[in-house]
Amino acid sequence: MTLTPLFFYLFAFVTVASGFMVVTARNPVHAVLWLILAFFNAAGLFVLLGAEFLAMILVVVYVGAVAVLFLFVVMMLDVDFAELRAGFIRNAPLGAIVGIILLIELIMVLGFRLAGPLSTAISLPIPAAGSSVTNTEAIGRILYTKYVLLFQGAGLILLVAMIGAIVLTLRHKEGVKRQSIAAQSARTPAAAMHTVKVASGTSTVPER
Amino acid sequence: MDSAWSWLDVWQGYVWPLLVMAFWSVLLLTLLLVIIAFLLLLDRKVWAAVQMRRGPNMVGPFGLLQSFADLLKFVLKEPVIPSGADKGVFLLAPLVTAVLALAAWAVIPVSENSWGKWVMSDLNVGILYLFAISSLGVYGVIMGGWASNSKYPFLGSLRSAAQMVSYEVSIGFVIITVLLCVGSLNMTDIVNAQKAGIGTKLGLPNSMLDWYWLPLLPMFVVFFISALAETNRPPFDLVEAESELVAGFMVEYSSTPYLLFMLGEYVAIVTMCALTTILFLGGWLPPFDVAPLNWIPGVFWFIAKVVLVFFMFAMVKAMVPRYRYDQLMRLGWKVFLPLSLLMVVLVAGILQYGVYAQ
Repeated sequence: MTLTPLFFYLFAFVTVASGFMVVTARNPVHAVLWLILAFFNAAGLFVLLGAEFLAMILVVVYVGAVAVLFLFVVMMLDVDFAELRAGFIRNAPLGAIVGIILLIELIMVLGFRLAGPLSTAISLPIPAAGSSVTNTEAIGRILYTKYVLLFQGAGLILLVAMIGAIVLTLRHKEGVKRQSIAAQSARTPAAAMHTVKVASGTSTVPER
Repeated sequence: MDSAWSWLDVWQGYVWPLLVMAFWSVLLLTLLLVIIAFLLLLDRKVWAAVQMRRGPNMVGPFGLLQSFADLLKFVLKEPVIPSGADKGVFLLAPLVTAVLALAAWAVIPVSENSWGKWVMSDLNVGILYLFAISSLGVYGVIMGGWASNSKYPFLGSLRSAAQMVSYEVSIGFVIITVLLCVGSLNMTDIVNAQKAGIGTKLGLPNSMLDWYWLPLLPMFVVFFISALAETNRPPFDLVEAESELVAGFMVEYSSTPYLLFMLGEYVAIVTMCALTTILFLGGWLPPFDVAPLNWIPGVFWFIAKVVLVFFMFAMVKAMVPRYRYDQLMRLGWKVFLPLSLLMVVLVAGILQYGVYAQ
């Protein structure tokens, strides 16, 4: 379809524009919302490339989970804009250095890409558009055969990071009553109730 | 412009396909919204019947036109926007909710026959698209709660964001178990994979015993409960919790924005019912593939199953008291997550080592 370039420019323009808005938005919550729009349009670009699995995973992971946490944190913060702007001049050189390094790296990657195709060590043939191998299957084939150790290694690192985060934040406070569903369910009338016989004419309840 | 370019090419290449697509989209959305109007009435009628009331019965015969009267009422009221609200985000939130909920229906197949697949877009990754869209539903709630600039909406939206993100995890694992059995991410393939199963292995004709609710019964229950939590239905409606948070994130909303929130919520509920139907109840397949039943068009069976699941949603709303917040989190993270993770491993092992090979 010749509509593809049209949609490419649409998605690319919105991605770049919302990326710009992320940086310039005054309100941090608005910045995160623009970031979400940028993610979404990046997913659109993936779809145009024929990588629909990556596009959906981008939306599920980044937009559906990571950005929600971002938004969560940013909403809770009490942001002082005057203080932020005072820090801007101080942090500007550091930010500029990081930005320039990133730019140089991007140019290098682009230069290598234009100079010739990537070596076969890191690129594998993409299944043709008409073939029966779907996108998802193609990724699975390479991820679980050639890169299985790296993939599992990445999984282990994430697991360790997750356990680390839990260990750092988990505290058992003393003196707090906690609900134990098992103990509640195991309660029987025999354990919970106590029949008291009050003799006629008396009002005092005998001690247990 | 060269000579190959002509108005006819533009018409045949772009405009006509666009018009056809727009026609089918509008048809689908109109039918969907009309069906939802009556499902809303069904919801209220079921709720009323459980509490021995009559329910809405004044507008039209048996109250059939109640939903349309409500629609008119909401649209004609004055929208009130709080002065402290962030106006743009405040009005964007209900739109996001409604648009995302409706967008999910692009990939839901309602039938398949000799005319082809009855689906707007037959994506290879249909189920992932649906999962992605339903995971975005949380944004409407967060944005609405934050932009209202008021404490009850904010509390409601924080609760709900945590709740929806938690239950997405178990929904994801349940979907993975089904996908392991199917071997495809395409929604139509998921239904067609349920044509044969346990029933046919026992030598019976194609029937409801082949559908995935039977071999994956624990996952069916987990999915149903997670769907309730994901769509903020009672007993997990902590987002609204009218007894503690007034109406949660919707306190400041009125008129059409409120209507859009309600609409988005109900469309999301019906989407979840449709997803349950497709994943576990055999989509448009008849319950028994015998003479009078398989003459009926598949779309009828699809709608009948969706209504059945919706009826179960309504009964749960009427009968079960609301969960406390910590109990809700416990159920999601300490019960459903380990259970569904275990089932993923179990199902993968069984499929690999061949007791229940396809």
